[in-house]
Amino acid sequence: MRVAQPGPVSPRRRSFAGGIHPPSSKRLARDQPIEVVPTPKQVRIPLLQHVGALCEATVKSRDEVVAGDLVGSSDAPVSACVHASISGRVAKESAATLPNGRRVPTVPIKAGDEQLEGQALLDDTFGGEWPTLRLDLPRPDLILQGVREAGLVGMGGAAFPTHIKLALNPDRPIDTLVVNGCECEPYLTADYRLMLEAPRPVITGALLAASAVGARRIIIGIEDDKRQAAEALSKAAESTDIEIRVVRTKYPQGSERQLVPVLVGSNVPANGLPLDVGVVVVNVATAAAIARAVLRGKPMTHRIVTVTGRGVVQPKNLLAPIGISYGELIEIAGGLTPDAARVLAGGPMMGFTLGDLDTPVTKGTSGITVLTREDLQQFEETSCVRCGLCVDACPLNLVPTRIALAARKGAWTLAERYHINACMECGCCAYQCPAQIPLVQLIRMGKAHLAAA
Amino acid sequence: MVEATNKAPATPRKEAPIEPGLQVAPSPHLSSSGLTTQRLMVDVLIALVPVMSMALFLFRWFAVLQVGICVVSCLTVEAITSLWRGTRPSLQDASAVVTGVILGLSLPWSAPWYVGVVASVVAIGFGKAVFGGLGQNIFNPAMVGRAFVMISFASSLGATAYVRSGATLEILTQATPLTAAKELSGNVPGLWALFVGNANGSLGETSVVACLVGGLYLCLRRSAVWQTPVSMLASAAVVAGIANLLMPESPLTVLQHLTSGALVFSAFFIATDPVTSPLTGRGQVIFGAGLGALVVVIRLFSNYPEGVVFAVLLMNAVVPLINRGTIPKPLGGLPAKA
Repeated sequence: MRVAQPGPVSPRRRSFAGGIHPPSSKRLARDQPIEVVPTPKQVRIPLLQHVGALCEATVKSRDEVVAGDLVGSSDAPVSACVHASISGRVAKESAATLPNGRRVPTVPIKAGDEQLEGQALLDDTFGGEWPTLRLDLPRPDLILQGVREAGLVGMGGAAFPTHIKLALNPDRPIDTLVVNGCECEPYLTADYRLMLEAPRPVITGALLAASAVGARRIIIGIEDDKRQAAEALSKAAESTDIEIRVVRTKYPQGSERQLVPVLVGSNVPANGLPLDVGVVVVNVATAAAIARAVLRGKPMTHRIVTVTGRGVVQPKNLLAPIGISYGELIEIAGGLTPDAARVLAGGPMMGFTLGDLDTPVTKGTSGITVLTREDLQQFEETSCVRCGLCVDACPLNLVPTRIALAARKGAWTLAERYHINACMECGCCAYQCPAQIPLVQLIRMGKAHLAAA
Repeated sequence: MVEATNKAPATPRKEAPIEPGLQVAPSPHLSSSGLTTQRLMVDVLIALVPVMSMALFLFRWFAVLQVGICVVSCLTVEAITSLWRGTRPSLQDASAVVTGVILGLSLPWSAPWYVGVVASVVAIGFGKAVFGGLGQNIFNPAMVGRAFVMISFASSLGATAYVRSGATLEILTQATPLTAAKELSGNVPGLWALFVGNANGSLGETSVVACLVGGLYLCLRRSAVWQTPVSMLASAAVVAGIANLLMPESPLTVLQHLTSGALVFSAFFIATDPVTSPLTGRGQVIFGAGLGALVVVIRLFSNYPEGVVFAVLLMNAVVPLINRGTIPKPLGGLPAKA
C-alpha cells in the first residue's frame, strides 16, 4: 500500500498558449443541486451513442426489461453496449437523428409501474461507501471487463468507448492517469456539481482506472473557477496519493492537447494521442461511472445533464435517464423562454444545434444550452483584414484565417500547407474574429472535402 | 439537500415545445461581443487623437484642412469605387477614414489642396480598390498615395515646402530635423524638442510622445500587434548605431534617428496596418526589422531625407514571402505526411 498523503490543492497556476476567455455564464446553473428527473413515459435508447460500430438490438418488441438490462451490443472491436435506463416494455424499433446529424435506430422502452426513482435512485448512483485503498480494488482485467460490460464511453462529449482507452498495451506503458475536471465549455456545470456533491465515486473511479492502465501517478485537473469542487475532491482523496491541480480558467483548457502539457509537461504529438506520451485522460463523470460499473455492476443508464442558458426558465442540473428527449428535460427546467433562439446539445463553443427537441439524450450529452436572440447578436461578415487575432487565439498554433479562406476558395494544397487537419474545431478563432468569418465551418468543410478526395 | 422532482412542472405551453423561431447553425455559437472590423478601425482613430491634437497645436488650421481634405476625398473615392465594382459602399467599416487621416497626417502643412485629393484618389483607387477592396491590398494604401504625390509634386512636398520664412508660426521657419541633418547646415533640434514634437515636419510625425501614447493604447487594446513596432524601432536603432560607428561624421545620433522624422509614427500607425503586415508574431518581427533597417539606410544613402514611405512599400511587397516562410508548426509537432 502506498503511503497516504493528503491530496494537495496546488497553488501553482499554469496555462497554455492561445485560447480565449468567453463569458462563462456558469452562474446560471452552478448553484443548482443535482435533481433526479421523474421517470418519463418512454425512453428511446439509441443503438449508437459512441465513436465506433452500431449495436445490434438484443431485445425484441414487447419484451419486458428492467433498468440496467442489456438492450444492444456489438462484436466489433470499437463499440460500447447499451442498456435499458428504465424498467418497462420494449416497443417497436424506431429511428432518431442525433445532434451530430447521424440517424440511428433506437430501442424504445415504455415505462412500467416499478421504477427506481427519486432519492432512492440518487443514493443508488452516488451514495454508499466508495473504497479509496488500492488493496481493496479488483484486478485490472476485472476492472476492464466491468467497464466493457457497463457500456462506458467518455462522458466529456467525444463518447469514445472507455474499455479501449483503458486496455493495457505492452508497447505503450502508461505513467500518468489524468482526470479531467476542467469543464471549460461555458454554461455547463454538470461536472462541477458531480465533483461537489459526489467526489468519492470520482476518486474511486480514478483509482480503478489508474489500476487498469498501470498508471503510477494520478492527477486531477480543475479550473480555478471551481475551487469548491477542488476542495471537495481533495477532501475525498485524503487517504490517497492523487494530486489535485488547479489550473487557470481558459477555454479550451479541458482539451486533452491543452491539459496534458499543463499537468504532465509534455506535448501530445499533433497526429497522436495522450497515449504517445504515457498518459490516459478520463473525464470526472467517466471516472464516477467506472467506479459504479466496476464495484456495483451498474451499467451506464443515467448521466448528469446541465439544462441551462438564458433561454430556459429555470436552469438545472439533472440526473437523467439515457434516452429521455431533450424537450422533456427542457420542460423540467421550466420550458423555453419567449426569446429562446437556439437549442444546443452541449455548450456554446462546440455544441451542435438541435433541430428536433424529440432527440434522445445519449451517454455523451453533457448539457443542453438554450441561447437567446440577445446572446446571438450577429454582425455582418466583412473581409478578412488579417488582424491575426485568430492566430493569437488558436491553441494549436495554426493560422485559421489562411486555412479557412483557402478552403472557401477551394485551394486545397494551400489549406494542407497550413495544416488544416491539425484543427480540432474548438471555435476560439471564430469567437475572436472581428470580421465574423465562419472560420470553423469553413475549416470543417475543407476537412470533409479533403477526406472525401 | 438533493430533492427529487416527482411531478412534472406546470408548463406554460400546451403545444409541442418546438418554437418556430429556433435556429440551426454550426458552432461556435458565441462571438466576442463588440469586436468587429469597424471597432478595430475606430480604435486606430482613437489612438490617433493625441497625434491629431499635437498636429492641431503645432500647425493650427493647416492640419485641420489637410486631414479634412484627405478624409473627405478618401470616403468619396471609396464610395465611388465600391459602386463601380458593384459592391455596397463599405464606408461604415471606417477603414477609408483611417487611410484618410494617416494620409493627411503624412503630408506637409503647406501642400496645396489638390495634392491631398490626388493622393487620396491614388491611395483608395490604386492602393486598395484595384486589388478588391478592404483586406485584399498588398500595399499600404496611404503609403501608395503618399509615394505617388511625393514623386509627382516634388516641389510641393520637397524639403523646401516645409519651411516658410516669416511665417507667423515660429516652427514653420525651421527646416525639418532630417533635412537639417542631410544638408549638414541647419541645426537639428534637441532630443527633448524632438520627443515632445516641437519641430517642423509632416503633420503627424513631429511628436514622439503623442505617437507613443496612441501606440500604447493600440497595443494594449490588441488592435495592433506589439511585435512590429518594437522590432522596427529596435532594428532602426541597431542599424543607426552601426552606421554611427562606421561613419563617425554622421550628423544624427541613434536617439535622434529614433525621435526624428516619421519613424515612430509609422512604427505604430503604418507598419501595424494588419492587411499589409504578416500574420504571425515571428513574421511581424521580421517585417519590423526589415522596415527599421530600410528606413535608416534610405535616410543615410538616398537623396530623400526620410525613408518611411519607400521602406513600407518595399517591405509590404515581401509580406507574402514572409507569411510563407513563417507558417507555424502545429502544437505537438507536424502531423505525419499521409
